[in-house]
Amino acid sequence: MLLIPCPHCGPRNETEFQYGGQAGVAYPVDPEALSDAEWVRYLFLRDNPAGRWRERWVHTAGCRRWFDIERDTVTNEFSPVIGRGA
Amino acid sequence: MTASRRPAGGTRIDRLRRLAFTFDGVDQSGFAGDTLASALLASGVSVIGRSIYHDRPRGVMSAGPEEPNALVQVEWPSGVSEPMVNAATTPLVEGMRAWSLTGQGRLETRDDGARFDAIYAHAEVLVIGAGAAGLAAAAEARAADPAARVLIIDGDPGATGDGVLADTTAIGVYDHAYVVAVQRNPVPGTEGRLWRIRAGRVVLATGATERGIVFADDDRPGIMLAGAAATYIRDFGVKPGRRAVIFTTNGTTADVATALGEAGVEVVATVDARRGETVVGTDGDADGALSAVHIARGASSGAAIETLDADLLLVSGGWNPNVALWAHPRGTLRYDDRIAAFVPDKPGPTTPMTAVGAAAGEIDGLEDIAPLWVVPPPTSTERGDPNDDDWATHYLDHGRDATVADLRRALGAGLDSIEHVKRYTTIGTGIDQGRTGGVIASAIAASLLGQDVGAVGVPTFRPPLVPVTFAQVAGRDRGALSDPNRTTAIQPWHVARGAVFEDVGQWKRPRFFPIGGDPADESMDESMDEAVLRECAAARTGVAAMDASTLGKIDIQGPDAGIFLDLIYTNTFATLKVGSCRYGLMCRSDGMVFDDGVTSRLAGDRFHMTTTTGNAAAVLDHLEEWLQTEWPELRVRCTSVTEQWSTIAVVGPRSREVVAAVAPGTDVSNDAFPFMTWRDAVIAGLPGRVFRISFSGELAFELNVPTSHGLAVWEAVMAAGSPIGITPYGTEAMHVLRAEKGYPIMGQETDGTVTPQDLGMDGLVSRKKAFIGQRSHRRPDVLRPDRKHLVGLLPVDPEALLPEGAQLVALDADLSSRPVPMLGHVTSSYRSAALGRSFALALIKGGRDRMGEHVLAPLAGGSILESVITSSVVFDPENRRRDGEPDA
Repeated sequence: MLLIPCPHCGPRNETEFQYGGQAGVAYPVDPEALSDAEWVRYLFLRDNPAGRWRERWVHTAGCRRWFDIERDTVTNEFSPVIGRGA
Repeated sequence: MTASRRPAGGTRIDRLRRLAFTFDGVDQSGFAGDTLASALLASGVSVIGRSIYHDRPRGVMSAGPEEPNALVQVEWPSGVSEPMVNAATTPLVEGMRAWSLTGQGRLETRDDGARFDAIYAHAEVLVIGAGAAGLAAAAEARAADPAARVLIIDGDPGATGDGVLADTTAIGVYDHAYVVAVQRNPVPGTEGRLWRIRAGRVVLATGATERGIVFADDDRPGIMLAGAAATYIRDFGVKPGRRAVIFTTNGTTADVATALGEAGVEVVATVDARRGETVVGTDGDADGALSAVHIARGASSGAAIETLDADLLLVSGGWNPNVALWAHPRGTLRYDDRIAAFVPDKPGPTTPMTAVGAAAGEIDGLEDIAPLWVVPPPTSTERGDPNDDDWATHYLDHGRDATVADLRRALGAGLDSIEHVKRYTTIGTGIDQGRTGGVIASAIAASLLGQDVGAVGVPTFRPPLVPVTFAQVAGRDRGALSDPNRTTAIQPWHVARGAVFEDVGQWKRPRFFPIGGDPADESMDESMDEAVLRECAAARTGVAAMDASTLGKIDIQGPDAGIFLDLIYTNTFATLKVGSCRYGLMCRSDGMVFDDGVTSRLAGDRFHMTTTTGNAAAVLDHLEEWLQTEWPELRVRCTSVTEQWSTIAVVGPRSREVVAAVAPGTDVSNDAFPFMTWRDAVIAGLPGRVFRISFSGELAFELNVPTSHGLAVWEAVMAAGSPIGITPYGTEAMHVLRAEKGYPIMGQETDGTVTPQDLGMDGLVSRKKAFIGQRSHRRPDVLRPDRKHLVGLLPVDPEALLPEGAQLVALDADLSSRPVPMLGHVTSSYRSAALGRSFALALIKGGRDRMGEHVLAPLAGGSILESVITSSVVFDPENRRRDGEPDA
């Protein structure tokens, strides 16, 4: 049971959150301009590092707000929150 | 072994309170404070069970959770039977009945009526273990910060001390210092309470567990861990035998010899590995209990073997700090040569933890330990090197009947990771989780592999530390409390009317309303088929009503609401006029259909969205995610109003008469109130909204009123419709009516791999504006001509009902080939009152290009149903009924 530092509510149990996968994968400005390969890269392909990365969470059972956070996927250590979700 | 009760002594027992119990049907007695094991020993019972695979007699080996042998079936005075109960840790209870087992218990099949509970706790400091080291650590923490919440837990029912929670065993430590513990009998009538503790830091004061030494026939009743004998003597006033041999590697057994002396047990020999002495084997009596011990004095394999009569053999191979909880959150261990055991090294990355006392390896008496893990078979001098058979009674894991022979075979098979050895041999997978044999197995493997014990390591420790029942983990979240039951305001009417309910997500919805033949006899009621045909016929020929309150409803407000909905839906909403409604389809980025529903414009900056019942929360989450993370500049707010509105669908060619009666101030004529519009209305004297929308193809109205008035308005509708025979209908009739019209249910016709085009809804996909999923509709895979299309199926036999989920194959398919090429599957299947026959919806490869073709559904049992592919709209394809009876 992770203890997730919600930037708005403080540390809360993992069961209050939903996971949003890799952070910083922006919706393309003009999807129609993308090639099939570029669109598939946006749609399906994500990093999967062993170590630190930025990921998204939403505090579903709390403030219902999305945020980004850095977590070490090996140790589950969180870094301080760095900003609103994107 | 002939144990007995000492005439006096025993710090934990109350000799004035005698408790009766039975073992294997024989009456026995013990004292209050006894464990079942101490009472059995005191009663002279030496064989407590037989081993699971080898049928070896086994007796009490320990006095704690490390016990691998004394696992019994217990029937409590309540009549509840419990399997694999550890006699060494289970308090004796008046009237309990216990039976020996052969390695496996019998599960109770009745509801045991047991109650379990759960509680959350937060503590700056959690101390696990209320021994001297734990209490000292707690006192230190309190002194350092008087405001700190310091919680101490201990599995021992007799644990005492300031702030100690006794009889509470930590069963797992997880990320971020999350500790789960089980408290037994916290209050009368509750069998256990699960503690979920989030700690600032954890102090591990769990002590150490003695381990044995492995030798031939090391598993007989009468062979015990040395420290356990002292516990039985001093705590329980038990004399564990008459003639004892002590086999030790270390100084901790000096005190055991003292205890034996106090109890009048004759110590016939102390076999000390530090002097090169070993026990090489044992003999048993007719029951298999220990009768003699074979001793080799001198380190050389040729030393003469001496045999001593003894009924008690007390073994100490050393002590293992109890480090499992340290390791759960990925704390590392290191092998400490000084005490020949694994000790805590670095704490886990997210769980601040320190170990104190014996758990940290501070154990008096191990200073001069002579590590000895295993004594080779005594046959080596006569036959040369022992073969695997000679190791076949060197028991490493009693619970699994795993021996050194098994371990040697594993290594011989090339396994060199202790994790693989564990899985191959099952050593450490028993109920004691390798507490007594695990480290020994690692040490023997290290020796055979030519490695250091520390390099071989021990298998990963995983929760739970002690067995825990599923019922305890579930706590109160069982039965009606396992998930919220959501009911509508109209529920009492449905119940009174005898509705049969079904679960739709968390909602209870009436499935159908059978007409009872006899109020006292349900068997006289209509069948579901009969009721559904009647309800459908009412909706198509007269008037019927359904409680649709469970529909998801989302209030969407803000100046950019129209722009936002255009991005969310595949079709256009920004141009929707105030007062109008539109059916919308939404996709995810991958272009697959996610949800659908009718959304109405309440004002220029306000929409009322409806979603499918089961998807309401997911749709709101979807809207919030896009608003917050991609388009935060849009001025839009979304609020769930599902529970604020009761929704009553009034359906059928005569529905207009009923709505006119309950909302007399509203002109319900077709010209004044056309299809796909909505009106504010006063309904049964109460403020509400009427929507002219239809999920059946018939003339229909959906009345929305505040939930507090839902039941009153429903009753008004039923009263108004009573003269013309208004019929309540449930979800089953709703499904048939919508399927006849080819309306898909998202999640039934779709499964996350279906596009709007697959459903034949390309007309709802805008080409003039951008929306989520649009780009995916140009992906090559989505453009394949052989994608599965939604079509109708008419079984050739009009009475035959295709099973939903049935796979469909071509008429000429070779059913003996493997796999049989599939064309698709049945998504919905019903009997239609309107058609007078059965029909189905199906997803079929290239289905829209196969109209009129026949397909086969090979069914379980060997029958094959043949059907004709038809349009997905099997009833009123011209939509002639949506304004009322066409010929009226």
